[in-house]
Amino acid sequence: MEATSRAFTANVRQALGNETLQQALGKMRAGFPLARAAAIRRLPEFEALRDQGKAIKDHTLAHLDHYLEAYERAVESAGGKVHWARTATEACETILAICQSVDAKLVTKGKSMVAEEIALNDFLEAHGIEPVETDLGEYIIQLRHEAPSHIIAPAVHLVKAQVEATFRANHTDLPEDRRLNEVGELTDEARAVLRQRFLAADVGITGANLLVAETGSSIIVTNEGNGDLTQILPKIHIVLASLEKIVPNLEDATTILRLLARSATGQEFSTYTTVSTGPRRPGDLDGPEQYHVVLLDNGRSTMLGGEFQDMLRCIRCSACLNHCPVYATVGGHAYGWVYPGPMGAVLTPSLIGVDAAGHLPNASTFCGKCESVCPMKIPLPRMMRAWRTREWKLRLNPPRYRMGMKLWAFFARRPGLYRLAGAVAIRLIRFWGGRKPGFGWLPFAGGWTRTRDFPAPQGRTFQSLWAEKQRSG
Amino acid sequence: MPPRIGLFVTCLVDLIRPSIGFAAVKLLEQAGCTVEVPAAQTCCGQPGYNSGDLDDARAIARTVIRAFAGYDYVVAPSGSCAGMIREHYPALFADTPALHSEARNLAERTHELVSFLVDIRGMTEIAARYDGVATYHDCCSGLRELGIKAQPRQLLQSVAGLSLAELPGAEICCGFGGTFCIKYPEISTRMVDDKAADILATGADTLLAGDLGCLMNMAGRLARRGETIRVRHVAEVLAGMTGAVPPIALAE
Repeated sequence: MEATSRAFTANVRQALGNETLQQALGKMRAGFPLARAAAIRRLPEFEALRDQGKAIKDHTLAHLDHYLEAYERAVESAGGKVHWARTATEACETILAICQSVDAKLVTKGKSMVAEEIALNDFLEAHGIEPVETDLGEYIIQLRHEAPSHIIAPAVHLVKAQVEATFRANHTDLPEDRRLNEVGELTDEARAVLRQRFLAADVGITGANLLVAETGSSIIVTNEGNGDLTQILPKIHIVLASLEKIVPNLEDATTILRLLARSATGQEFSTYTTVSTGPRRPGDLDGPEQYHVVLLDNGRSTMLGGEFQDMLRCIRCSACLNHCPVYATVGGHAYGWVYPGPMGAVLTPSLIGVDAAGHLPNASTFCGKCESVCPMKIPLPRMMRAWRTREWKLRLNPPRYRMGMKLWAFFARRPGLYRLAGAVAIRLIRFWGGRKPGFGWLPFAGGWTRTRDFPAPQGRTFQSLWAEKQRSG
Repeated sequence: MPPRIGLFVTCLVDLIRPSIGFAAVKLLEQAGCTVEVPAAQTCCGQPGYNSGDLDDARAIARTVIRAFAGYDYVVAPSGSCAGMIREHYPALFADTPALHSEARNLAERTHELVSFLVDIRGMTEIAARYDGVATYHDCCSGLRELGIKAQPRQLLQSVAGLSLAELPGAEICCGFGGTFCIKYPEISTRMVDDKAADILATGADTLLAGDLGCLMNMAGRLARRGETIRVRHVAEVLAGMTGAVPPIALAE
């Protein structure tokens, strides 16, 4: 998808003015954090589990080449095939070639953020193949030609009435006078429509929450079972995954799964956890005839060994989005690309460049909530600051902002001058303001005073008052 | 020998609200400390640090390290500035061993005011009076970098005439975020509006917190909306110095 991260400020204004979006975000704000907190209260060893999860990922990333090669061997000995894709284009072309090899017309898809990252749907459509999203949220936004606004709840920006309108506009072969007021009625309709597509699909594409090096398995978790129908019914199953999804063995996978569901939705475990290893074997009752894995790098290997490596521990649980006060205010679309919220603020500049995504790591108060809930203990604020440091070096910040910061630093580096200038400036401001408790306007402070009074200084600096007090003994 | 404290006033308190600094001095003296205020202090360097200007941040940090050498403790009436010194100064000098050990030495001696009174000086109650119902906002850096949560509540409970009304969402950021509030004023305003709604819903007549930046943001927005809730730094209440100065952004 075309990134609009450069237009973050305009996106934000639009989001803040969108009342339906604000209504939807209001619901999300309450729901996810409460569910997570309750799940963690029920699991006293959650903190220890976080340390284990982090250690598993750190170990795997330190030996990534070893585990990726082991994984490839295991996939192939199970009868599958691994395709290495350096870029989004390579991944798209590989998938297209597999689809074309069986003259596929219809492809069902499980939810995959990596597929969003490589804009797979657009690519398949341009080559005459119809992709159908089967995750309910993804299905809704596909009908609406929208991008996901959240990494696990893609349609979280919508309210029920919008979903009803979307279904009525698209499912035109159904009776117009049917009831579609309740959530159950909406899901029943989606289920009935999608059932036909599951049965007709030539190829099923899923993402992967985990890849297991020891067994060559891919693991997905869903709450709708759509992933299972996507990968079991068609002749070909393609797993599309980025390379940091790998873990050494099934034991490690279960440790991470225990963290994932609790951090994401507050469930003990997702409703469906599906492990797939290779194609259908002789004697198997179902399963695909071909099993392909497209392993995407797309810039991730350049993060290894650098200050952003920790980001590769991310398991896409969305806890950082769900607890972020900025995300809760503007929603996911404002971030302008695939990955929103704190994890997006770190990952997006790595993937599309800090010049294009420079706003994202800046749009944080560094409140630290994201890091405190991250099951993988990713130091998200530290890495956002690392991006800001690169932006400062590359002079990407607005010149006025830079000038203001340099001016402040000029005085802050010179205590004598600072004391003098501070004392004079504060007296002047006080004199100018009279006895007013606050200022409705101050020069160069429009960002503050448009919506907030600026509290009036008391009139003398602490340092001058203190010095006076010391002198008078 | 009473411990010798170097008070890190913080730039905002120095320039905007020196009464908080005097409240800090009074509280530290009540806790049996002698207090000095090194003149060669300015700012902790956080604006530059969080803007990615590490060169200036390091230069400012070196000034602070020099100014506060030799004190038993360094105390700041701010979780954010104390957090900067404690958590981030050592990281700033990770590549220069000599400075790194000086930074670590300073970090280990540095504390936020209220947590210093309770955790280090063992203060459990305070002789002060404040008539009102107060709600308390946990500022992010103090809460998550330094673990400040129970300490201010413990001391506030002993203030005569004061009752505490817990703030729902007390741990959610108010939208200040240093330069964030002027870089993204629309987001910041929406965040502080959400915070204001939570504050007003408590029915408290006073809002307290431990960081002047966050207090100015909340007080400034509340005042603009015409609210008359009194906003103060927690140290002013604990030191019993509220009679001398009006609340933040409000005439009394």
